[in-house]
Amino acid sequence: MSEKICVSMRVNGEPICRDVSHEMLLAEFIRNELRLTGLHVGCDTSQCGACTILMDGDAVKSCTIFAPLADGTSITTIEGVAETPAGRAVVTAFHECHGLQCGFCTPGFVLSVVELVTKTSSIDETEARQAVEGNICRCTGYHNIVRAIMQAQSELAGA
Amino acid sequence: MQPFELVRPKSLTEAHTAFLADEESQYLAGGMSLIPTMKLGLVAPSRVIDLSLIPGLSAISRTGDAIEIGAMARHCDVARSPIVSQYLSGVGLLAGGIGDRQVRNRGTIGGSVANNDPAACYPSAILGLNATIKTNLRQIPASEFFLGLFETALQHGEMLTGFRFDIPKGSHYEKFHQKASRFALVGVFVSVTNDLTWRVAVTGASSQVFRVGEYERVLDAGGGPRDFPGEFTSPAMSSDIHGSADYRKHLVSVISSRAVGQLMQSMAQQH
Repeated sequence: MSEKICVSMRVNGEPICRDVSHEMLLAEFIRNELRLTGLHVGCDTSQCGACTILMDGDAVKSCTIFAPLADGTSITTIEGVAETPAGRAVVTAFHECHGLQCGFCTPGFVLSVVELVTKTSSIDETEARQAVEGNICRCTGYHNIVRAIMQAQSELAGA
Repeated sequence: MQPFELVRPKSLTEAHTAFLADEESQYLAGGMSLIPTMKLGLVAPSRVIDLSLIPGLSAISRTGDAIEIGAMARHCDVARSPIVSQYLSGVGLLAGGIGDRQVRNRGTIGGSVANNDPAACYPSAILGLNATIKTNLRQIPASEFFLGLFETALQHGEMLTGFRFDIPKGSHYEKFHQKASRFALVGVFVSVTNDLTWRVAVTGASSQVFRVGEYERVLDAGGGPRDFPGEFTSPAMSSDIHGSADYRKHLVSVISSRAVGQLMQSMAQQH
């Protein structure tokens, strides 16, 4: 067996081609190889959602995917999220609603919410709370995060 | 994590050959259970065979009176499928309630059923709908598939390819969450066929999924949840920090009644 596997993907629009070890996790690849350290690893057990990225538009936990499986995909991290209207709306809403305190969970929340507002329409606050159950914040009590989701949603609906 | 060789076959035959060529092989579907288990060192395969590049394993289709779901269909695919929501609404509900959104974007029905976690939701749908389990080698009836804690009828190197469900008159799933993990502390899948034969399948309560024959007989005879007997035969109830055996047994009765009541109500509204 060869010690490395060649992977090609698009990360925030840019083509990337690297040799990685078979067991490397996607979170490690993005942080350590690509040095995109906006991606945070919280629990490393796929509970907390801090490492959430978009992979072909799907919110996924990058600590629980092997990097070689991202071959051929298009990835968005927090560094590239503001390139789209939905991404900009969510980032602005988190800023204006103060949907963060320490900020550790924020990149994961933002990407998770970008998928949410892109794929669903007119959710209410209860549904918004349920929809982010894959992301854990230990500071805010979620109130401002939920406000940010509602604001981003109405912003995009009005656009 | 212990190093391993990752193999990405493009056909079932290639995957099977790759599996048999190494003594410590492990198939990888969505990885939502396997990868955390590997991180903990509970399994340490020397070869991991990713099944995601094999074409045709994630289709959801209807053929006559049956629905087929490919083993690599993700929970989000099943939850969003119009075919599932029309003909197997209980399965759609179940899939949409597994883990969280990110997990549903990766986890697969085949991975969940092959793993047979005692608190996983899917085994209850497979047993509760009397599904046929299709593998690369044969077809297995649901009643013969689940053998015990994380144990199934799958042989060495055998892999799930899909599931066939006869379309029921109705189906429903009710889950009582274990608050932290979101797994089923008790989950109950109920279905009724066009000739009014009921199935009540329970997950989470015991070391493996089981049917509650006493409840099914009451329902087959035209009764409802109020007629359920206080006692039922089952494998030993699990008892742990999340709930005692008595508590789980009580939950089986409450959640079964709720599931049957919901299904009866939604069927009454349709007519």
